[in-house]
Amino acid sequence: MTAETAHAHDAHDHRPSLYDWKRWVYSTNHKDIGTMYLIFAIIAGLIGGALSGLIRWELAEPGVQVFAEGSAMTAWLNLDSNHGYNVAVTMHGLVMIFFMVMPAMIGGFGNWFVPLMIGAPDMAFPRMNNISFWLLPASFTLALLSMVVPGNGDFPGFGGGWTLYAPLSTSPAHHSGPSMDLLILSLHIAGASSILGAINFITTIFNMRAPGMTLHRMPLFVWSILVTVWLLVLSLPVLAGALTMLLTDRNFGTQFFEAAGGGDPVMYQHLFWFFGHPEVYILILPGFGMVSQIVSTFSRKPIFGYLGMAYAMVAIGFIGFIVWAHHMYTVGMGLDLEAYFIAATMVIAVPTGIKIFSWIATMWGGSISFTVPMLWAIGFIFLFTVGGVTGVVLANSGVDTALHDTYYVVAHFHYVLSLGAVFAIFAGFFYWIPKMSGYRYNGFLAGLQFWIMFIGVNIIFFPQHFLGLQGMPRRYIDYPEAFSYWNQVSSWGYVITAVGVLVFLVTLVEMFIVKRRAGDNPWGEGATTLEWTLSSPPPFHQFNELPVIKPDTHH
Amino acid sequence: MKRGALFAAVLGGVFSAAGAAFAMVGAPTPRGYALQEPATAVMRDIVDFHTLLLWIIVAISVFVLALLLWVIVRYNRRANPTPKKFTHNMLVEVIWTIVPVLILVGIAWKSFPLIYLQERIPEAELTLKVTGNSWRWDFEYPDLGVMMTANLLDEATADAEGRPYLLATDAPLLVPVDTTVRVLVTSNDVIHSFAVPAFGIKEDAIQGRVNETWFNVEREGVFYGQCSELCGVNHAYMPVEIHAVTRAEFDAWVVAQGGSIASAETEAPAPPPAAVEPATPAATPTR
Repeated sequence: MTAETAHAHDAHDHRPSLYDWKRWVYSTNHKDIGTMYLIFAIIAGLIGGALSGLIRWELAEPGVQVFAEGSAMTAWLNLDSNHGYNVAVTMHGLVMIFFMVMPAMIGGFGNWFVPLMIGAPDMAFPRMNNISFWLLPASFTLALLSMVVPGNGDFPGFGGGWTLYAPLSTSPAHHSGPSMDLLILSLHIAGASSILGAINFITTIFNMRAPGMTLHRMPLFVWSILVTVWLLVLSLPVLAGALTMLLTDRNFGTQFFEAAGGGDPVMYQHLFWFFGHPEVYILILPGFGMVSQIVSTFSRKPIFGYLGMAYAMVAIGFIGFIVWAHHMYTVGMGLDLEAYFIAATMVIAVPTGIKIFSWIATMWGGSISFTVPMLWAIGFIFLFTVGGVTGVVLANSGVDTALHDTYYVVAHFHYVLSLGAVFAIFAGFFYWIPKMSGYRYNGFLAGLQFWIMFIGVNIIFFPQHFLGLQGMPRRYIDYPEAFSYWNQVSSWGYVITAVGVLVFLVTLVEMFIVKRRAGDNPWGEGATTLEWTLSSPPPFHQFNELPVIKPDTHH
Repeated sequence: MKRGALFAAVLGGVFSAAGAAFAMVGAPTPRGYALQEPATAVMRDIVDFHTLLLWIIVAISVFVLALLLWVIVRYNRRANPTPKKFTHNMLVEVIWTIVPVLILVGIAWKSFPLIYLQERIPEAELTLKVTGNSWRWDFEYPDLGVMMTANLLDEATADAEGRPYLLATDAPLLVPVDTTVRVLVTSNDVIHSFAVPAFGIKEDAIQGRVNETWFNVEREGVFYGQCSELCGVNHAYMPVEIHAVTRAEFDAWVVAQGGSIASAETEAPAPPPAAVEPATPAATPTR
C-alpha cells in the first residue's frame, strides 16, 4: 500500500470527535444515528419506567396515596389527582411504545445493523435518516409538554389512555385543555418520523444489498425489520387519519366521532386498532429477528427452517392487519363479526408456534454457551410463549367477555411486550454492545441484571392474571380491599425490577470505564453475519468495497 | 377456582344470615386467583371453557419449558462440544404446523357455541335499561315504570355497614331470579362498560348506540361489578350492585320504587303508564 492510499484511507475513515456537536446534529451516519436512537430510547425508558413506578406505588395498597391531593410524590408535577393517575397510565403506555421500544428496535438496532448485515455502506437516504431521528426528540418534547399544560380543566395532562378513545379525548367536559392537542401533534410527528424511517429501510433493503445477498440469504433480523417497516408504512397513515379527525373534532367543529352529530365513537376504535394491532407486531417482530440471530450464534448452529422463519414473520405481519377488532369484542359488534375475528386471531398462533419451535430446534443438537444475550433470548422464548397462550385465551370472545379490560389483559400484553419485547431489546443490546462500543460488558453484572429482572418482572405481572380473573378492571386508581394481596405482590415485583434497571445502568458505566477490548468477533464461530467481519467498533464508513456473499456464508 | 369459590360460598353464608338460605355473593375474594363463581348459565359456560383453555395453555407452556430445559441440559457446550449442522426436518415442521391447527380448531369448536349463547338474546321476560353517566349508573325497567340512579356508597357508610367499599352502591338494583332479563346498555356521555363478573356480562355503554345483552340469575344473592372502560377521573368510582331476589320480593320493590305492580308475564298487554320510552327500543342494527 502506498503512502498516498494509506493516507486517503485514514482520511476517509476519520471519525469526528465525540464532542463535536455537528457530528450528532448533522449526522448522516447510520451508526451515529442508531446510537442516538438507543440513547434516546434508554432515556425514554427511564421516564416511562418512572411513570410505571408511580402507578405500582399507588396500587401497592387500597386507597389513594401517591396521587392524593398534595402528595409530595406527584404535587411537583401537578399530577396529585385522580386525573394525574390517568395521565401517568396514559403516558407510561405512549412513552414505552413510541419512545422506547420503537426507537430502540427499529431506529437503534435497525439503523446500526441492517446496513452492516446486508453489506451496505449506509442507509439509502442518509439525510432522511437524520430527520427521522431528530423529529423524535421534537415529538417527545411535545408529549412531555402535554403532561404539564392544562388538560382536564385546570388539571394538566391527557388522561384518556394510550388508545385516545373518543369521545373521552374529544369531550370538552373531560379534556378541554390544549394537552390533548399537543399529544395529537406529538403522535403525528412520531408517526412521520417512523414513516420516513420505514421508507428508508424498505429502499435500503431492496436496493443496497451486497452482491450475492439475495432476499433469501438475508439474516433473519433484516427480514424482521423489512416486515416491520412495511407494517409501519401501511398502518401509520390510518393512525394519522384518526388523529387528524380527533383534532378537527376537538377544534374545528367536525363530528366524526360524535354520535349527536351523526358520527360514531366506535369508528374511532376501528381506525385506531387498524393501526394499533399491526403496531403491537411492530413492537415484537424485530425482537423475533434479534432472538433468531442470538439463538443461532450461541448454539453455534445455523437457524433451523430459515425460510419458514422468514415467511412466518411475513404471515404474522399479514394476519396482523386483519384481526384488529379483537380489541373491541365488547362494543356490540354482532355475532358474525365476532366469530370471524375469533378465527382470524387464533390463526396467528400457528406462525408464532412455528417460530417458537424453530428456535428450540435451532438449539437442538447445538453447542450452547449461556452468555448474557443468550440468557435474555431463552427468557424471551419462554415468557413470550406464556404471553402468547394467554393471547389465545383472550382471542375467544366468549371468555374475553369476562376478561376484557381487566388486569388479565394487562398481564397478557406485558408478558409479550415488557417480558417479550424488552427482553429482546436487552438480548440485542448485550449481543451487539461489544460491536457498537468496542468494549465487553462485565459478565457478572450483566448476568446479575438478567436474573434480578427475570424474577422481578414475573412477580409484577404473573399475579395480574389472578387480579384479572377475579375481575379487577384496568386503569383503576383504587380498588376494593379484596384485590389488595396480589396488587401488593405486584408492586414488590416492581421494586425488584427497579433494582435490575439500576444494575443495568451500573453495567453500562462500568463497561465504559474499564474499557475491555472486545475484538472483531467476541462470539466465535457461531456469529456468521457480516457485522462480525468488521472491527469493533466498525469503521466510520464501511464496505467501501462491497463484500460478495456466497451461498454458504449466510444466516 | 376451588378455594376462591369456597371462600365466596362461606362469605355468602355469612351475608345471608338474615334468612335466604342459598344467597351468594358475587364479588372478588381476598387472594382469589380464579374467575368469580358463576350465577348464570352463561358464566358457568365461560368458567368451564376457561378451565379447558387453562389446561391447554398450561400444557403448551410446560411443553415449551420442558423442551427448553432439555436443550439447556443436553446441548450446552460441555455436554455437546460439537454442534450438529442440520437445518431442516420436514416431519417435525409439518407436525408443529398441523398440531397447533388441530388444537385451535378444537378451541374454536368450543368457542363458537359460547358466543352464540351470549349474543343470541332469548325471549326476555323483563327489560332493563342501563345508562352510563360520568360517573354513575342509571337503571330503568321501562315496562315497570321504575327508574333509579346508583352512586358509589361512600367509604364511611360502607365501612359502617360492613359492605365492600368501591363495590357497593347507595341504591342496589334488584333483579328477579330465574327470569330472563334483557339488558339494553347505552351512555349519556363518554364510553362506559357495564360489567357484572358473576353474570358473565360486559357490554360497552356508548352514546348513540343501544347495545344488548342478557342474563338469567339462577341464585339469590348480591352481585357486584365495576365500570370496565376508562371514562375519566372517577372511572374507579362507579360500581354496580345488583341484588337477585325472588319474584315476590322484586314485585314488592317495584311497587316501593313507584312502579306498576304488574310483573311483565301476568299483565303483559297492559302498557305501563309511567314508562318514559317506547317499551323496547330497537337494538343495535348490527345484531
